[in-house]
Amino acid sequence: MKCDLCNKPAVVHEVTISGGTKKEVHLCLEHAQAAGIAIPGQQPVNKMLSKFVIGKKEGMESSQRRCGGCGSTFGQIKQANLIGCPECYRAFEDQLSMLIEQSQFGNSEHVGRIPRKMHTPSHNEIRARKLMRELDAAVTAEQYERAAELRDRLDELTTNVEHEDEADGGAPDA
Amino acid sequence: MTDQTPSTESIDRDVVLSSRVRLARNLSGQPFLNRASETQCAQIVRTTQNVLLNASIAEKIIWIDLDEINAHDRNLLVERHLISRNLAESTLHRGVAISGDEQLSVMVNEEDHLRIQALRRGSNIEAAFQQVKSTDIQLEHQLDFAFNERLGYLAVCPTNVGTGIRFSIMVHLPGLRITNELGKVRRAAKELHLAVRGYYGEGSESSGNIFQISNQVTLGSTEEDLRDVFTERIVPSLIDYERSARQVLLKRNPTLLDDRVHRALNILRSARLLKVEEAMKLVSRVRLGVCLERLEVPIQLLDDLFIQVQPAHLRQHVNCALNADEELEIRASLVREVLKDTV
Repeated sequence: MKCDLCNKPAVVHEVTISGGTKKEVHLCLEHAQAAGIAIPGQQPVNKMLSKFVIGKKEGMESSQRRCGGCGSTFGQIKQANLIGCPECYRAFEDQLSMLIEQSQFGNSEHVGRIPRKMHTPSHNEIRARKLMRELDAAVTAEQYERAAELRDRLDELTTNVEHEDEADGGAPDA
Repeated sequence: MTDQTPSTESIDRDVVLSSRVRLARNLSGQPFLNRASETQCAQIVRTTQNVLLNASIAEKIIWIDLDEINAHDRNLLVERHLISRNLAESTLHRGVAISGDEQLSVMVNEEDHLRIQALRRGSNIEAAFQQVKSTDIQLEHQLDFAFNERLGYLAVCPTNVGTGIRFSIMVHLPGLRITNELGKVRRAAKELHLAVRGYYGEGSESSGNIFQISNQVTLGSTEEDLRDVFTERIVPSLIDYERSARQVLLKRNPTLLDDRVHRALNILRSARLLKVEEAMKLVSRVRLGVCLERLEVPIQLLDDLFIQVQPAHLRQHVNCALNADEELEIRASLVREVLKDTV
């Protein structure tokens, strides 16, 4: 189809129906621009981006939020894939969880050693935390037989942990 | 599986050159290094240096201020795998504490504030693991490490959070290289979340068919569980795979194999000029011949040669700076000397 105003191929086709009458306009790129018709894909990227960013005003604010410990923004962390300071892990907890899970192949929770100054979990406590995660996964995957088996093992372990606490004088976690 | 189990110390020595375990630790209340000022970096060095020298983490401990020594000495430490190339080339204030027997080193201001690493010859992850564990416990009496209940030990890179532990073995894989099976190893490693790196670790190329294999996951399992997966599943499968490839080479064409390994030994024994890459390649072939009982050269001699032919070690050997031509000549002469009494 040719442009209504010249012989070049028409790239913009505008159909307006008004008062029962249909009006069609077919224009080439140059004439469409001259007529002020926005062409998808021809719009400057910065304009599209600014609209997008304005639409996501809340997101922009959070990307400019700074860590109280070192002043890093999440944008800076994400760009470098390096965290600024220990405090960043709390300041950007939600955003970082995804980054951490990606780096750690889906793992999201520590079950290993704990500094002695804090609290040293017994082997059974560590096992119980791990079993709990396995149980969640089994339930999600609808593997009910495995889930039942894991629950029994967990019950057994939890009883042992309680006995350990009693033996320790029931000291609460530091 | 071969039957050769000469001594507990050298189990799997035909494939595994050395074992390493390292922990990433950071001081709480301090920014990580990418956000730390010069003063803060210097402060971290001072604090940790004092603790490392007084914490009785080894019978003898040596502190090396890496800002103060020259590039040659830093390269010497890299070639011995006591510090990373990253740390050697860094412009931050940094240092390293090394035990007298060179089995333990604690790098300060590498990527994290502290990198505690233990090294052992051959396949001995367990000994290295016990050493980093006890060093960590000793150090935490005097240092507060950044820790978060949900995420464990905190690190500058999310790939190290949790336990901060990395188990790695340095393996010699000439069989898999010659039979073109390395691509399969890399693919399997990727599926098992393992990293395959070169001779000097991250970012380095393989040299002499030597590779470092390590775990990538540090979160979601205990240190012991990660160790068990690594030592009971990963390491034995890799060793078996390499041994099978060597047997294939031997069965397919023993004369070609003999030609290759004898030729390599004779070049090393007679060459007058040797580039480092050529030396590594030839030593690798001789090592293959020794492991398949085609040649008789003590394996330790060859493993030491891998290090001795490196530029900084050569320079140390003659105790003076060398230009490029002299380096080739000295390397060849050193190798001839080392191998002169071998059959």
